[in-house]
Amino acid sequence: MTDSGSTDPTRIPSLPEVFLKRTFSLINSTSDRNSLSLVCKDWYNYERLTRRHVSIRNCYAVSPEIVAARFPAIRSVSLKGKPRFSDFNLVPEEWGADVQPWLSVFVTAYPLLEELRLKRMSVCDDSLEFLAMNFDAFKALSMLSCDGFSTIGLEAIATHCKNLTELDIQENGVADVGGDWLGFFPENLTSLEVLNFANLGNEVSFDVLESLVSRSKSLRVLKVNQKVSLDQLRKLLVLAPQLTELGTGTFSGDLVSSSVNELESAFSKCGNLQTLSGFWDPSLLYIPALYPVCGGLTFLNLSYSVLGADELEQILTHCKRLTRLWVLDTVGDKGLEAVGSHCPLLEELRVYPDDPLDQQSGVSESGLVAVSNGCPKLHYILYFCQRMTNAAVVTVAQNCPDFTHFRLCIMKPHEPDYLTNEPMDEAFGAIVKTCVNLQRLSVSGLLTDLAFEYIGKYAKNLETLSVAFAGNSDAGMEYVMRGCPKLKRLEIRDCPFGDSALLSGLSQCESMRSLWMSACNLTMNGCKKLAQEKAMLNVEVIKDEDGDDSLANKVYVYRTVAGPRKDAPPFVVTL
Amino acid sequence: MDQKRIPLNLFDNFDLATELRLGLPGSDDQTEKKTSLSGNKRSSSEMESTTCSEENESRFSPPMKEQVVGWPPVRSYRKNILQVKKNDSESGSGMYVKVSMDGAPYLRKVDLKVYTSYEELMKGLQAMFKCNIGLYSEKEGYNGSMHAPTYEDKDGDWMLVGDVPWEMFISSCKRLRIMKSCEARGLGDS
Repeated sequence: MTDSGSTDPTRIPSLPEVFLKRTFSLINSTSDRNSLSLVCKDWYNYERLTRRHVSIRNCYAVSPEIVAARFPAIRSVSLKGKPRFSDFNLVPEEWGADVQPWLSVFVTAYPLLEELRLKRMSVCDDSLEFLAMNFDAFKALSMLSCDGFSTIGLEAIATHCKNLTELDIQENGVADVGGDWLGFFPENLTSLEVLNFANLGNEVSFDVLESLVSRSKSLRVLKVNQKVSLDQLRKLLVLAPQLTELGTGTFSGDLVSSSVNELESAFSKCGNLQTLSGFWDPSLLYIPALYPVCGGLTFLNLSYSVLGADELEQILTHCKRLTRLWVLDTVGDKGLEAVGSHCPLLEELRVYPDDPLDQQSGVSESGLVAVSNGCPKLHYILYFCQRMTNAAVVTVAQNCPDFTHFRLCIMKPHEPDYLTNEPMDEAFGAIVKTCVNLQRLSVSGLLTDLAFEYIGKYAKNLETLSVAFAGNSDAGMEYVMRGCPKLKRLEIRDCPFGDSALLSGLSQCESMRSLWMSACNLTMNGCKKLAQEKAMLNVEVIKDEDGDDSLANKVYVYRTVAGPRKDAPPFVVTL
Repeated sequence: MDQKRIPLNLFDNFDLATELRLGLPGSDDQTEKKTSLSGNKRSSSEMESTTCSEENESRFSPPMKEQVVGWPPVRSYRKNILQVKKNDSESGSGMYVKVSMDGAPYLRKVDLKVYTSYEELMKGLQAMFKCNIGLYSEKEGYNGSMHAPTYEDKDGDWMLVGDVPWEMFISSCKRLRIMKSCEARGLGDS
């Protein structure tokens, strides 16, 4: 060190560049890297030259050119596009988030790109072909909640990606046009580690699948689609006992060429299995075949299985080490009591609705309380229910003070506490007061401005807030905008919040990633004012076909260094 | 079009007892609601409390089919999978159709295969909803009783239960709605 004699504590010793670059290249955490880049110009440079992975949480917050200019050595990109409410049909098709402009820049900037993970992006078959043909080192493609492509695009990936290790297609709007895309994998491709085609509707050739699994000795994740029968699944398990994650497809039908015992025997050889999913139409007769692996399971996803309480309990008695469980509300409160009894290590529970319009079925407050009683480590909950009470949620908060994610969806809008008929303000008040580490909150039910006052006052670590059919006045939103310093993403629909609420959080808007407001009381004038005040924001209004031109029914605001979108369709107006 | 009002308009056809309001605790509506929710029992007074004249305002319209757009927040992918499953199961054994009754906050499901005639079906519905449906006559429909059972057929049309032979009814009935007699007038006329 050249400055060993200096006593100035603010002087950073100059370490050799080679040393720093070498050290930085070992650092993977993005937040650490962000911190390093702020220290000084030299460190900013070393960091940017050694960064291998970049996560772009809003594809319009930055342009591919800017990313490529700053980070020349990227090998892995994760890209998120549309606002989350597009999952629920609130964003028109053709809105944007096309991946192609990114690929067009990456082809020259990152020819050695290895990984691409996309969420809510529009991906067409041509883009998949472009990706497959232009990136020789490409290894891993993952697409979640994307749309615009078909199995033809997958054919291109299978054909041209000689080093493919991962193909993960999840919950996308993908058109399965048949054909035999799986057969396009060359015989000499043996590098697959992850294959998830659960999303696809058509049958794949089993011979091809069998051969692929057989020669992929490193395969650790296999999630098949509904068309793979139980018999076929058994054969695949025999070929790949090393799997850590399995998607079972339908898990139904008759075991023709073997028996339950043989299925059980196949499972018993899978000593590394930690995650099970699929079960679209499970034959209860064959569920016991799973028991040999249940003891080692940490994540069980039964959210597509119509199971009752007893059936769930039978499975759970074997799953003592479960940390994550996803179920359908057909298991009822009784099923959730079983969860509380058998899964003491549970950290995450998601209860999805089977039939949102059927108010007779589903779960209620007692199921939630039962889980909180039995699972003190619970920190993530997603709960769709028909009714709830303040008292129950207060109890849950006391039982599980470590919540980081609390997403409660009382399915009927404006539904009060069904016992007291009061608003659900106290429920969410209890959550934000008690759960100091709360990062993500979704509220529902009848809520007044008081609920938001609580959130603004107590939810100091809150990063994501989702609000629907709630609040009385602008004050509600103002409490949140002024009170939650770490708020990154705010999505609001059908609430009586107007222009002054929007403008109350001017300082907040820039530190937030994005704000969505639909069916509120915003006007074009209010949005224009926001746009004028803050140049670093894109204030976009999605126009309706009919509707008053002075009102802004769907507004999407986000910070950006890329300026207004160049690819905005005619119905997206940037103010 | 005042978009922010859409969700409220869609609930116009719901029972008044489930509508948003800030009533005083202890008022009749609220105690009714409590007992319905906890015991699934409803007093017969609830049936008579809302008069036909109030309901006439909303005119005849089938029970709300669509929900609010994008609510509850479930990804389309998941909704589609579960919907396909329901369609598949509906074509299997058992023939469950939803039954709603004007004035009741909940839908029920009934397996039509369990019944072999209209009489049995009426008995079953009466037991389920604790109401009187009365006798059907070709000329008068269900005039003379408080309630008239109607059903939605394959073409999406609302018909009076009993108009067609039982077998035809079974194969075409998609859902049932028990309406107030005064509203069902017009359906029975051929």
